Amino acid sequence: MIRVQKEDFDIGIEISQLTAKNTEIGGLGIFVGLVRDHAGDEKITSMTLEHYPGMTEKHLKRLEVEARERWPLQDVLIIHRHGKLVPGERIVLVVTASSHRESSLESCQFLIDRLKTKAPFWKLENMESGAKWVEPLEEDCAASDRWLRMDKR
Amino acid sequence: MQILYFGWVRSRIGHDTETLQLPANIETVADLIEWLKLRGKGYAYAFEDSGAIRAAVNHEIVPPDTLVRNEDEVALFPPMTGG
Repeated sequence: MIRVQKEDFDIGIEISQLTAKNTEIGGLGIFVGLVRDHAGDEKITSMTLEHYPGMTEKHLKRLEVEARERWPLQDVLIIHRHGKLVPGERIVLVVTASSHRESSLESCQFLIDRLKTKAPFWKLENMESGAKWVEPLEEDCAASDRWLRMDKR
Repeated sequence: MQILYFGWVRSRIGHDTETLQLPANIETVADLIEWLKLRGKGYAYAFEDSGAIRAAVNHEIVPPDTLVRNEDEVALFPPMTGG
């Protein structure tokens, strides 16, 4: 399931809801992304996330479908926030549920790696010296692309 | 054509969406970007490095040589940074 929202989410509630429906689940892979308080040496006061309504949901859904094709997953939940967030706030939640740990952990890593470069979001870091758009890091592109080189499981 | 801008493309142009009637000689995404550049300083700044621009036509990411029509929704933006 995909959700793009302005509001915060409660990790405990989300996990309880996801697992309550399905006792075949043996393990969850969970990633929570937070707003960091610095970029290099600069202090970040807030971060604004822009998205493309319609397209963003469509592309997140596509990543979910891709993960389900690669791994035997019982469930997938991606919640991604937009709007203005301050350091310490949650940005993104990825939960992958499977009967066994390997597929849940691997697919969770896959989704967050792919989200970095394939999900239509743009981040503006507001710092004391002014605002700066975040450019994709080379290491993020490499982490995203390495999944293309691996054989489908 | 409905055109949307995101990230620093939007902030340089100064607005996030507009509807424009394409001249007949605009066939591709690359043509569209060259044409938009002529609309003013903000546009010229936003598209000064066309290699840094990504495009989506009707929500699908496409290469610059993709054909566009007036009925399309086109978005122009910098590389995406999710997660």
